[in-house]
Amino acid sequence: MNRDAGSPPVDPVQVAEVAIAVVEQNDAGQLVLSGAWTLSTMPQPITAFEQRLSTLTSGSPGWDLAAVSRLDSAGAVLLWRAWGRRWPASLVVSPAHRAVFERVAAIAIEAEPARSRDGLAWLVVPGRLLLAAASHLLGMIALMGQLILDLAHLCRHPQDIPWREFSANLYRGGAQALPVTALIGFLIGIVLSYLSALQLKTFGADVFIVNLLGISIVRELGPVLVAVLVAGRSGSAMTAQIGVMRVTEEIDALATMGVSRSQRLVLPKVLALAVAMPLLVLWCSAAGIIGGMVAANLQMDLAYGFFIDTLARVVPVANLWIGLGKGLVFGILIALIACHFGLRVKPNTESLSARTTSSVVTSITVAILVDAVFAVLTRSVGLP
Amino acid sequence: MSRFPEAHPQAVPAVEIRGLSTRFGDLVIHREIDLDIESGQILGLVGGSGSGKTTLLREIVGLLAPSEGTIRLFGQPVRDADPQRHRRLRRRFGMLFQHGALFSALSVHDNIAFPLRELRTLDEAMITDLVLLKLGMVELEARHARLMPAELSGGMVKRVALARALSLEPELLVLDEPTAGLDPDRSENFVRLLGMLQKELGFTVVLVTHDPETLAGLATRLAVLADQRLIACGTADEVATVDHPFIHNFFSSSRATAAIRPGAS
Repeated sequence: MNRDAGSPPVDPVQVAEVAIAVVEQNDAGQLVLSGAWTLSTMPQPITAFEQRLSTLTSGSPGWDLAAVSRLDSAGAVLLWRAWGRRWPASLVVSPAHRAVFERVAAIAIEAEPARSRDGLAWLVVPGRLLLAAASHLLGMIALMGQLILDLAHLCRHPQDIPWREFSANLYRGGAQALPVTALIGFLIGIVLSYLSALQLKTFGADVFIVNLLGISIVRELGPVLVAVLVAGRSGSAMTAQIGVMRVTEEIDALATMGVSRSQRLVLPKVLALAVAMPLLVLWCSAAGIIGGMVAANLQMDLAYGFFIDTLARVVPVANLWIGLGKGLVFGILIALIACHFGLRVKPNTESLSARTTSSVVTSITVAILVDAVFAVLTRSVGLP
Repeated sequence: MSRFPEAHPQAVPAVEIRGLSTRFGDLVIHREIDLDIESGQILGLVGGSGSGKTTLLREIVGLLAPSEGTIRLFGQPVRDADPQRHRRLRRRFGMLFQHGALFSALSVHDNIAFPLRELRTLDEAMITDLVLLKLGMVELEARHARLMPAELSGGMVKRVALARALSLEPELLVLDEPTAGLDPDRSENFVRLLGMLQKELGFTVVLVTHDPETLAGLATRLAVLADQRLIACGTADEVATVDHPFIHNFFSSSRATAAIRPGAS
């Protein structure tokens, strides 16, 4: 104990209002702390308290901590910072509390490496995006190639075909999607029919409602609606499922058992959606036509029989094939994209949510892009 | 041997369990369990698989509500209806989950800083100091603070989880299988670290473990769960005298005996 006898006696200074941490100066000029210096007893605006402590330190007085009842690391850090990260000239402290300070003193003061400001920083973000897009494209192509190899293998070894997975996916992605696709198709049909009827009436072209609804729903709306719904429903589920299997190392477990992940996980999903999507498109388009028919009947007194007769005449059957073809392609693409992003999930929750989002967004974007390509390629087909 | 350890005259026990029963549907897990854990004790909870050790642990920290009975921590009910009091109580204990339960989206630094930031009273510079201090306590280096949980080895995950559990200076530390999944060497290290920190900081520990060496290295008292009841509670020597098939079995394994009761053969 080395006391600075030279300092003049000062009136006790109460720093903290609370009983937990009292600072006063004793006759030897030392700052005397008492009470419990712990995280839970710290006075509330802690920055203000720190400032008061450091103003007290400015005269580099001695410190007497013998009366401190409890001291945890938070309290020690607080004092250490007030002392300017070094031992004060004189310190009275119990051995147990000294040990706490020794721990604090051993903290490595780590200088954060300054972020280098690069002149080409503006290029980095688009560059990264471009590289990521390229890597995703390559990954997709590799996955597709793997699937073709798998298909060839399965043709030669039909006993390896994963029927159970295929039928499970068909049920989940196809059968269970029937109610929602029917509902959406029906409602869109009603809305479209109602709005078109208002316009057509002004031209006296009421009967053309059949042409309008028939072509637009069978050729365009049916496939695109189903693609959006299935991407949101099944695509996200596939990405999340494969992603969680990545996180929990189930995919690695499969690999060690000699089960090919593309054959057992990806292929059944792609095949199931390839089968289910055209059927869903048919179903959704039918619901849309029925919705349009009902609305036309209610609003313009168009007889159901007339509507159906006319529909067969004015909508060439090629439109149906185009719609189904789109369904097939969308189904394959959605499943491929979902599986691709699922396999890219890194083992943490953030990555899982990010990949699921990109999977759905990419699926929908790609479906609409491909739809545009279809529109260009089939511009002379199926239009009367 | 008494089933109820005698309470210290003044001190409130860190954990006080009275008449606790747990049922999941028709399945009875616990029947009429009474248990006191005094401050500063290290209690090892032992029992066969499915004897409800982890369930009891989850009830102690308030993650599960018992079907009957009460659990008090530091004299306060653990499931307090008053959110303010409830929150304050929760800050007085830390839990180390079996698989660490680190937030995988946050770095090691942010994981440890999380409970400190939740207090909303500390400034960032102080939090950084505290995080580095806790990292030092669990014998990790400052450079590890930038890693993500996915980049850590099993032993490091446990250490970071321990640092996070210790970040609010808890008075009670609840450990669920602290050494499961660690190799003997690391497990021994971890036990030594826990013991050292306990001695230094003086917190109460409740731990569940299957590993006799962990028990031997840490626990000052044992509580044995079997047949849905607490069949014994006391020091290893006291527990060993209780006549019960599970205890016979447990102490008959030579490895366990060698670890827990070096005196007895």
